[in-house]
Amino acid sequence: MRVIIIGAGQVGESIASDLDGGHEVVVVERDGDRVDDLTYSLDVLAIEGDGTSLSVLRDAGIDEADMLIATTDNDETNIVACATAKAVSDVFTVARVKNTEHLRTWQQSGDAFGIDFMVCTNLLAAEAIVRIIGLPAARDVDPFAEGRVQMAEFEVSADSPVANQTVREADRFDSLTFAAILRNGSVAIPRGESVISPGDRVVVIGSPESVQAFSDALVPADSPGAPDEVVVVGGSEVGYHVARLLEERGLRPRLIEYDPDRARRLAEKLPGTIVMESDATNADFLEREHVGDADVVVSALDSDEKNLLVSLLATRLGASRTVAIIDTPAYVELFETVGVDVGLNPREVVAEEITRFTHEGGAENVALIESDKAEVLEIEVDDGSILVGRPIREVMSDLPSGVVVGAITRHDEFVTPRGDTVVEPGDHVVVFVDAEVLDDVTPQL
Amino acid sequence: MRLRVDYRASLSLVGTVLKYLVVPLMLPVAVALYYGESVVPFLVTMLVTGALGTWLERLDPEPDLTAREGFLMVALTWFAVAVVGAVPYLVEAHGIPFLLPPLASSSTLANPVNALFESMSGFSTTGSTVLGDISFDTHSRGIMMWRQLTQWLGGMGIVVLAVAILPELSVGGAQLMDAEAPGPSIEKLTPRIAQTARLLWGAYLGFTVLEILLLYGLHRGGMAPNMDLYNAVAHGLTTMPTGGFSPEARSIEAFSAAAQWVIIPFMVVAGINFALIWRALTGDPRKLFEDSEFRAYLGIVAALTAVIAGLLFSGSGFVTPESVPTGGTYDASYVVETAGAIVGSVEPSIRAALFQVLAMVTTTGYASLDFNAWSAPTKYLLLFAMFIGGSAGSTGGGIKIVRWYVILKSIRRELFTTSHPEAVRPVRLGGRTVDERAVRGIYAFTLLYFVIFAVATVLLALDAVRIGLDISVFELISASATTIGNVGPGFGFLGPMGGFLEFSNASKLLMVVLMWIGRLEILPVLVLLTPEYWRR
Repeated sequence: MRVIIIGAGQVGESIASDLDGGHEVVVVERDGDRVDDLTYSLDVLAIEGDGTSLSVLRDAGIDEADMLIATTDNDETNIVACATAKAVSDVFTVARVKNTEHLRTWQQSGDAFGIDFMVCTNLLAAEAIVRIIGLPAARDVDPFAEGRVQMAEFEVSADSPVANQTVREADRFDSLTFAAILRNGSVAIPRGESVISPGDRVVVIGSPESVQAFSDALVPADSPGAPDEVVVVGGSEVGYHVARLLEERGLRPRLIEYDPDRARRLAEKLPGTIVMESDATNADFLEREHVGDADVVVSALDSDEKNLLVSLLATRLGASRTVAIIDTPAYVELFETVGVDVGLNPREVVAEEITRFTHEGGAENVALIESDKAEVLEIEVDDGSILVGRPIREVMSDLPSGVVVGAITRHDEFVTPRGDTVVEPGDHVVVFVDAEVLDDVTPQL
Repeated sequence: MRLRVDYRASLSLVGTVLKYLVVPLMLPVAVALYYGESVVPFLVTMLVTGALGTWLERLDPEPDLTAREGFLMVALTWFAVAVVGAVPYLVEAHGIPFLLPPLASSSTLANPVNALFESMSGFSTTGSTVLGDISFDTHSRGIMMWRQLTQWLGGMGIVVLAVAILPELSVGGAQLMDAEAPGPSIEKLTPRIAQTARLLWGAYLGFTVLEILLLYGLHRGGMAPNMDLYNAVAHGLTTMPTGGFSPEARSIEAFSAAAQWVIIPFMVVAGINFALIWRALTGDPRKLFEDSEFRAYLGIVAALTAVIAGLLFSGSGFVTPESVPTGGTYDASYVVETAGAIVGSVEPSIRAALFQVLAMVTTTGYASLDFNAWSAPTKYLLLFAMFIGGSAGSTGGGIKIVRWYVILKSIRRELFTTSHPEAVRPVRLGGRTVDERAVRGIYAFTLLYFVIFAVATVLLALDAVRIGLDISVFELISASATTIGNVGPGFGFLGPMGGFLEFSNASKLLMVVLMWIGRLEILPVLVLLTPEYWRR
């Protein structure tokens, strides 16, 4: 595969070094010195130039390229680079952004800006932290039927209770259906006896409550347990998203931010978080607010040194675990040795994500399942549909394998599809269909 | 000293509004013609307002409004229309020298202060009255309809109406509406302010017409004997503006239970934010229940109604017939009769409680019975309801529910930050956060409201002593609370079947000012009194 990487920053370099063994990698970078560095340190072709310029992209061989990864430190540059590449070729484009608004725009339209896959640095880092804290985050959530049905994708870790269980054993939730298991880049439709292996990603469809319940059940029982008290220090974008994700999981985190205006803005955006305006390295304040009683202290300040200091102070006051954002990769190990429980480098998280994505070649999240391996359809059934009037079990025997009825909403109420459920005309049905049988099945539905 | 305020521009626009006042005056003319009464009082008023308006308009042919001129224009407009609105009362009482004999020689409105009081009480949608005799024996049907119409014009706001109609106000219009409209801020429904003003007036007109039709339909159906066409129109004109004037001396007590039940939902609507109503009507009705102020409004009305209905049902909501003082607005037999119909009966208890609570909370000021006959705790609840007020952007007066809501929330925040000094907690209203400046403004307004209320009560008390007026503290409190809140009736001789006639001219003028600043929510008037406003 020929891969063009725009931007040879920390992320770009890290991806390039991961890929240079198995793929042809071209790196486009504006800084001449960096180009020289890369030319000698990695087995890649490094080109000096602006990744948003068409002539530079042509020089990099955009016409023969299979994939373009735009990963400069500037969101707009990345977006324009992808759009430019898409305008002249059908290369698969991957963009890295920091601003979640861009991500939301992209998610809502599916292919905005000519981008095929978008990763958000801050959001990924925040999700990683929330997973570390012990609350697995869905990798992707798509709402259907005005939000009454959710489709979510979860990664099953080795120590999760559902690992190595069959789907029948794992399916303990009232209004939840297992739609697919993603393993090694392929989609498998789960049957009752299918076994969920560690490392699998499972796609579930159900009511929002049952998806949340499933998410809770994925937590390994012997992990630090569900933490109640989480203190986030620093209202950076990562800090904000950590607090927001924790809020979504029903926690009431505390967030400490030094800048009054920023603190006010965060407090406005986070109704379920107690925002405090103070210098987090002030030991008196930390003690007065009993930060030592916290289960987890996340330091997301903009300086590595301060994050270290806060983590050490919190540990000294008695906090059970500390997680620190560390921007300089070289510090991660050092800080963990000194006393930070978990150090996390956001760029590394992004680089890992993009690399894994490149290796797996596509079947990554729900958004892509829709366009690639399988399709999720939301249909209003009428009398002509094969689904109507018979128990689902009977209907399924008439359809090829690779079709799962994920959820039904009837008069705006959620109905769990089971073998004996009868679909009525007017119901909204969310169906998961394998791409191979798609053309065959869609007309019948 | 050179003034920074271009008062000519403000006066010119006041003139324009006065000129257009000729149009609504045609309704009482039509009524008078229909009943064969004299139309002279209205023709004279048309002449006065037309001439005065034209003259003022000439002061500045091309008025240019900024925020300062806007405050002046709004404050002056309301005073000017009240003055002009008093002219028909004066002409009726005095006639015209050498040309016309007095039409109503026994009218209490012969006193210019009384006429101004009645007119300001009308336009400010208060509903307090100084009429000695509310009947067609003394006053013509045309005059009584004019009295109702002043409230309808004042309800959604004269300036809002002007913005809706006059193209020259489109630029400064939002500023003007902000100064006039009840509540902390206005909500633009459309990009153009004139369009928004037209929508608000359109909804207002629509509900008014609907109520008139329903009331008259009830009459034709035989379920409301007294609610003839005249009364249906008269009450339709004073429900939606939360006014409270009635051409019937016994207010709504004169009408059947069915008519009262029709008026109740319109009082409810009048207390809701019109922008919210418009969005619920044109979009998703569920929006209504997502609004925190609306939910608080329903909650307050339901809670007060439940308590008062319980008291009335059990009988402890009424005074004992033995304790009725002589010379009041009611006697022992009234108590026996009213209590007899309500105590122990479910529907009358609920209807009486709900009607009176709504009349007080929305500051309409109607009465379905003389609530002077209620016991002290029940009356205290009504006095308390006077201070709540309608929703922001409704036609109601008072402090407004949204302000109480924000105040309670920010007090809770103060309690929280006492134990966590570093916590940052914005005050939330529904999904949105309230700007700290707005919170400060709400505190300032509410404090000012109570200070003015307290000072006015003391002044009224001093004046009562001066003229030897026999009035209790409770009645004094109700007098200033009801006028600054634009409610209408007070307690004792100021009750719904009584009036404000016994006060001295000085007290009445003070209450005219209270009604004026109460309607404009104090600040637009008070700011004119600061030297900084006038200085360069």
